[in-house]
Amino acid sequence: MLMQFMLLFSRQGKLRLQKWYVPLSDKEKKKITRELVQTVLARKPKMCSFLEWRDLKIVYKRYASLYFCCAIEDQDNELITLEIIHRYVELLDKYFGSVCELDIIFNFEKAYFILDEFLLGGEAQETSKKNVLKAIEQADLLQEVN
Amino acid sequence: MPAVSKGDGMRGLAVFISDIRNCKSKEAEIKRINKELANIRSKFKGDKALDGYSKKKYVCKLLFIFLLGHDIDFGHMEAVNLLSSNKYTEKQIGYLFISVLVNSNSELIRLINNAIKNDLSSRNPTFMCLALHCIANVGSREMAEAFAGEIPRILVAGDTMDSVKQSAALCLLRLYRTSPDLVLMGEWTSRVVHLLNDQHMGVVTAAISLITCLSQKNPEEFKTCVSLAVSRLSRIVSSASTDLQDYTYYFVPAPWLSCKLLRLLQCYPPPEDGAVKGRLVECLETILNKAQEPPKSKKVQHSNAKNAILFEAIALIIHYDSEPNLLVRACNQLGQFLQHRETNLRYLALESMCTLASSEFSHEAVKTHIETVINALKTERDVSVRQRAADLLYAMCDRSNAKQIVAEMLSYLETADYSIREEMVLKVAILAEKYAVDYSWYVDTILNLIRIAGDYVSEEVWYRVIQIVINRDDVQGYAAKTVFEALQAPACHENMVKVGGYILGEFGNLIAGDPRSSPLVQFNLLHSKFHLCSVPTRALLLSAYIKFINLFPETKPTIQEVLRCDSQIRNSDVELQQRAVEYLKLSSIASTDVLATVLEEMPPFPERESSILAKLKKKKGPGAVSGNELEEGKREGGELNGAGERPGDSSAIGASNAVRLHIPTHSLNYDIIYPPPPLFQSTPSPSADLLGLRSAAPVSAAPPSAGSLLVDVFSEAGPAAPAAGANDDGFLRFVCKNNGVLFENQLLQIGVKSEYRQNLGRMYLFYGNKTSVQFVNFTTTLKPVDPLVEGGAQVQQVINIECLTVFSDAPLLNIKFRYGGALQNLTLKLPVAINKFFQPTEMSSHDFFQRWKQLSQPQQEAQKIFKANHAMDTEVLKAKLLGLGTALLEKVDPNPDNFVCAGVIQTKAQQVGCLLRLEPNAQAQVHTHFPVRALGLESRPLGVSSVTTLSLCVSVVHHSFICNKCL
Repeated sequence: MLMQFMLLFSRQGKLRLQKWYVPLSDKEKKKITRELVQTVLARKPKMCSFLEWRDLKIVYKRYASLYFCCAIEDQDNELITLEIIHRYVELLDKYFGSVCELDIIFNFEKAYFILDEFLLGGEAQETSKKNVLKAIEQADLLQEVN
Repeated sequence: MPAVSKGDGMRGLAVFISDIRNCKSKEAEIKRINKELANIRSKFKGDKALDGYSKKKYVCKLLFIFLLGHDIDFGHMEAVNLLSSNKYTEKQIGYLFISVLVNSNSELIRLINNAIKNDLSSRNPTFMCLALHCIANVGSREMAEAFAGEIPRILVAGDTMDSVKQSAALCLLRLYRTSPDLVLMGEWTSRVVHLLNDQHMGVVTAAISLITCLSQKNPEEFKTCVSLAVSRLSRIVSSASTDLQDYTYYFVPAPWLSCKLLRLLQCYPPPEDGAVKGRLVECLETILNKAQEPPKSKKVQHSNAKNAILFEAIALIIHYDSEPNLLVRACNQLGQFLQHRETNLRYLALESMCTLASSEFSHEAVKTHIETVINALKTERDVSVRQRAADLLYAMCDRSNAKQIVAEMLSYLETADYSIREEMVLKVAILAEKYAVDYSWYVDTILNLIRIAGDYVSEEVWYRVIQIVINRDDVQGYAAKTVFEALQAPACHENMVKVGGYILGEFGNLIAGDPRSSPLVQFNLLHSKFHLCSVPTRALLLSAYIKFINLFPETKPTIQEVLRCDSQIRNSDVELQQRAVEYLKLSSIASTDVLATVLEEMPPFPERESSILAKLKKKKGPGAVSGNELEEGKREGGELNGAGERPGDSSAIGASNAVRLHIPTHSLNYDIIYPPPPLFQSTPSPSADLLGLRSAAPVSAAPPSAGSLLVDVFSEAGPAAPAAGANDDGFLRFVCKNNGVLFENQLLQIGVKSEYRQNLGRMYLFYGNKTSVQFVNFTTTLKPVDPLVEGGAQVQQVINIECLTVFSDAPLLNIKFRYGGALQNLTLKLPVAINKFFQPTEMSSHDFFQRWKQLSQPQQEAQKIFKANHAMDTEVLKAKLLGLGTALLEKVDPNPDNFVCAGVIQTKAQQVGCLLRLEPNAQAQVHTHFPVRALGLESRPLGVSSVTTLSLCVSVVHHSFICNKCL
């Protein structure tokens, strides 16, 4: 269940976070981002959360002003991917305390760290909310000690 | 500013981000960024050594700028420095920068790897995890080289912390994906498999992804994972929603792990052990039962997680395809979802049902939902859901419901979204052909298709209707009548004009009896469209006109008048002008008999797999069209599935006529009048496509039978290889033919066209990138080619071949390229065997046996007795011998069962004449006696090389007979 990449972008099409799990050139990444942001933003609210795109499946969901958008392979499970997105949102929410887009803008590095604890190489590494947050809290503790 | 700023926030960074956000325009933003870049650059270059905090802050700013979409070309060194900081937060930022902005600068890679190595051996779990995350994020070959040996050790070591194990497992998975050759699991296999039993659910969740990937590649070595996975799954499925504590997600126990377990099981056939299988079936039943239970929560997360497991379980049931009971239950469950209020569920149910439709156990059950699916096609508001509905209708279509489904699809086409029209057109065309019982329905359907969605009707579709009309004489009259009526419409699509021109030109006589469609009326109708059409269509119409002159002599003056007018005979388009001039001349000087021969009705097209199906497969990518469907196409195809040739191209009309004619004495040389499609083209062209070289999915090859013999032997395309794994297979296939697919795998398809004359040859190699990702550093040992092959593109290479002397080993071709970072290295045999340099020689029976007897010295003869691999069919044998390149001498051998051939092998050094005699032992149906005798021509003495030649010939022939794909 390899996730190919995850993109977070705003309703205005501003990219807030990008995580690539397959090697691609910068040019290709920009092209994909442009294309997908456009495609997803053009969809209406009640439409389904999945679409076919090139030979991949796109799973996306909107949370307030932010779109979370993942690309998975043909054989992969759309619903569980939707819940991966949700779990990530929960993690951000718990860590920042009712997260908003600004938190992710100003603390982008934290958003990446949390993602790395949760997903690694495009696969779920640790699905327990407690365990992921524990790892992040420990790291935060480490920097305060130093 | 957000309230949270855990750890030591970087104030400078926050200020910078605020500044960027306050920029009113893109220009202002760029200005601010450039200012910052200059500032950072001067800090990095400055004399004053920066402290860790500042370095971290600037590196973080660079990262932010990069993530905004700007290029960053410095700061890597500073980031690498941060890696060896003993402050966690500095190290962390360093690793983040490297992960996002890795640079293949070798000096840096060495430094990065050193830092990683230190952290991996630090025994500090937090540092180890950071290092492992970095490897997993970058996943480069260099990192695989440095760490692929170390990580398995960390993964299975008894004292490794759980969190480190999790990272190590997924890190290894990433390295395995990029460089499978460097990750050697050998001694670790069993311990890795046993991670499925680990107490820590997180470890199992991470490890199972690794195990699944390894199992896909080495199913045999990892098969013990099946029983472990089943028992783990069984424990989860039967657990109460609170048992798994934090691994329970909205009252669903371990949904991610459950899905991954079900996914792992899909790498294997159903368990053989009865107890294991029983337990698994029980799990699957429990999952299906739970779907019927009332939800434990109203939250969508609860139902999503629960249904994610359900869909994965259904995927496994479909994968096994052996439990009718479960398949039907799955189908019923999906049937309920078809009308669910959640769009997502309707979408997934349609998608999943498509695969159920291809199982013989559930096909009928799927069909019962036809009305719901048709309704979805009509009423769903989301195009992606409608697309799924159309796919499902296509998948559930069979003889019993074809008319209904085709009618619904046609009516949907009138309003269908532009994005899916072309695919819909292909699907309708395929279904109409596949399930046509009466051909008038088929013709009506295709003409409707052109009427409704003419722009989306590709060449394949209208070629196909013409092929079928030509091959079925019971439908020709109807087709002529229908197309005549369709052309009456004031505005009709150009594709309709093409089909109309072609069909009336061939079969207009069948409706000419009716005064309403008399020859002149037909002609005037066609000609009224002429001026609105493009050049290729006009060219086709001109050919139709000359055919009219033959069919209806009374139209001759009118048509000659048209051909003679300036707009034709002086047309600025050279093709049109040439046709007008030559047709005019032909019609005025040729006698009626000659005309009748030249313009005879087209011969039937050879039967072959529909080129439309190939097109759809190409569009959908490999695997989209199920094997089931292909087989069905073959089974039912006998009646209809015909050629993939291009009837519509008027040059094909000409070529085909000329081939039949043999009128060398005639003043008109067909080469000039109707240029046959060039055998070789330098750019990919529609004809190259028809050769199958560019089609993504392999066309399944039917074993040669007498009926399809001619097609197979003379077709340029030939049956393309079903994904040839070993090139030996591909090589053998070329013994008797010159064109086809030499090699094919998931990434690359290599097509070959070649021609030989005497001791010279020319070979065209077509390298097709089947993926959507570009190949870089693409090189072959032959000649330099463009090192970049874009996704879906094809590059061509031409090589000239000269046979210097007799040889036994085929030349090798080495291809290297990088696909997604991984180096691909292929060595293939070029399909050049000694027989390619055979020149056929005709001789009489007397000459043959006189020479045969003279050549009785031991060194002049070689022979072999071998078992025929399949039934010996005279026509097949003949075709193979012809394909070998020799002349097949008929009525030469007094024994009619034997075949004799003669030819001269041309090398630069010498010429070797060969006489071949094939003596099939028809009674035993097993042995074929095959002596070959040779003589050196031009008085050269027979030397060692001739003997080599002989045994080579024998082995080549032998090969051609054991390889059933040669033809």
